[in-house]
Amino acid sequence: MAIISTAGLAHTFRTKNGPVDAVRGLDLTVREGEILGFLGPNGAGKTTTLRMLTTLLAPTGGAATVAGRDLVSDPAGVRRACGYVAQSGGVDPQITVREELVTQGRLYRLTKTQATQRAEELAHDLDLTELLDRKAGALSGGQRRRLDIAMALTHRPALLFLDEPTTGLDPGSRADLWDLVRRLRDEHGTTVFLTTHYLDEADALADRLVIVDRGTVVAEGTPSALKLRHGGSIDASLQDTFLAITGRSAAPADATPVAV
Amino acid sequence: MLLHDTALIYGRYLRQSLRSRFALLFGVLMPLLYLVFFGPLLTDLPLGGQGSSWQLLVPGLLLQLGLFGASFAGFSIIIEKGQGVVERMRVTPVSRLALLLGRVLRDATVFVFQAVLLVLAAVVMGLRAPLPGVLIGFAFVALLTVSLGSLSYALAMKVSTPTEFGPTINAVSMPSMLLSGLMLPMTLAPAWLDALSHFMPFRYLVDAMRDAYVGSYATTTMLYGVLVAVGLAALSVTVGTRVFRTTGA
Repeated sequence: MAIISTAGLAHTFRTKNGPVDAVRGLDLTVREGEILGFLGPNGAGKTTTLRMLTTLLAPTGGAATVAGRDLVSDPAGVRRACGYVAQSGGVDPQITVREELVTQGRLYRLTKTQATQRAEELAHDLDLTELLDRKAGALSGGQRRRLDIAMALTHRPALLFLDEPTTGLDPGSRADLWDLVRRLRDEHGTTVFLTTHYLDEADALADRLVIVDRGTVVAEGTPSALKLRHGGSIDASLQDTFLAITGRSAAPADATPVAV
Repeated sequence: MLLHDTALIYGRYLRQSLRSRFALLFGVLMPLLYLVFFGPLLTDLPLGGQGSSWQLLVPGLLLQLGLFGASFAGFSIIIEKGQGVVERMRVTPVSRLALLLGRVLRDATVFVFQAVLLVLAAVVMGLRAPLPGVLIGFAFVALLTVSLGSLSYALAMKVSTPTEFGPTINAVSMPSMLLSGLMLPMTLAPAWLDALSHFMPFRYLVDAMRDAYVGSYATTTMLYGVLVAVGLAALSVTVGTRVFRTTGA
């Protein structure tokens, strides 16, 4: 069962220097319950795609169905079914963790009592209980990320979008976050769509990878299938595979160091 | 749902205002300085119109408070865009109109509160005006802040940096203040300036407020003031709503 399917999805930004085709004709299928790694070089159109799929940005072309709802005609339906964590997160540093979680519940139309209860539950699930009365600005990077994710899980979405969730986290927090993502999928069947620049993260976490470049899908498959097909061997590193796919030449292994 | 969401957003931002009590009082400072150091210069001048010079000056200062305060309201949304708060709310089912209304109603509350403080200070300085007139004045302040707040938030959603936003607002608000006769009535102006000021919507508001402050409620000036204030608010909220519905910020 596909939870996301897009056909020719496109977005062209109008800028002072003329139109910029950020996403051009994206065809994409995401299956229910999978962890999908969405990879691509800077400027490939990853964030633009995510913002379209989460209804933040209207497509300028193509069509998409997200969680059974048409993206263009039923954005409200899409919003009810999806959670989204932007790169920057989305909490006010001056507000306490509890207030942010309760407000988020209320934004999803829970009653005051339900929202308070849900905030406690989420804090418990994401190990934030001790931090409930702290201001969001006083949390560590890893704690902040857990809060961002808790906010996105408020309405128990079937589909969770994470935009570079581990950027800037220390190795321990990254490992915790990977466990959290796996747990979400294993325990709740949540489909996770995540972008990342860390290829080890994609390798360790994703069931399937979709690689985009210049606004279109250039390769997709399981990490091992991609390594075999594009990296030349199943033992190839994902780094080499990625470079082979996107045509960005890696520095030759035996290149003379610049510094002498 | 619109009511529920508006109340929610209003509460969130009102709590934000209450957390920074200093900023809440600081907003009154500029008009207060005018009141104390500029107001006394006018007491013996022939300004035309009825009533004392305070009945002329205070309505202008209240609108100045709203004009400068509300037109910079958008700054907060530029900060929130950077924090990701705006996008986080926009992926929830919350009403887009509520995201705007909750904010502008908070602003109206804050500026009416500041207007009350300013009127109390003016009474100490020598203002005497009928209570209904003063209350009508607060209604004009509220309508003005709703209008300018909406436009300011709409602009802030469109621009990406504070450096684009600040100068634009300054370039609009300074001439607006001067051309609407907030400090001194435009009836003192030469014909060309008086004529020019009629293209500035705030002129109708300040003239109506000055009528209210001397107890003349059933005048054509009042009618024009109400029509312009309500029309401006309706137009601005419409523009703001359109931007909040469509902009992917």
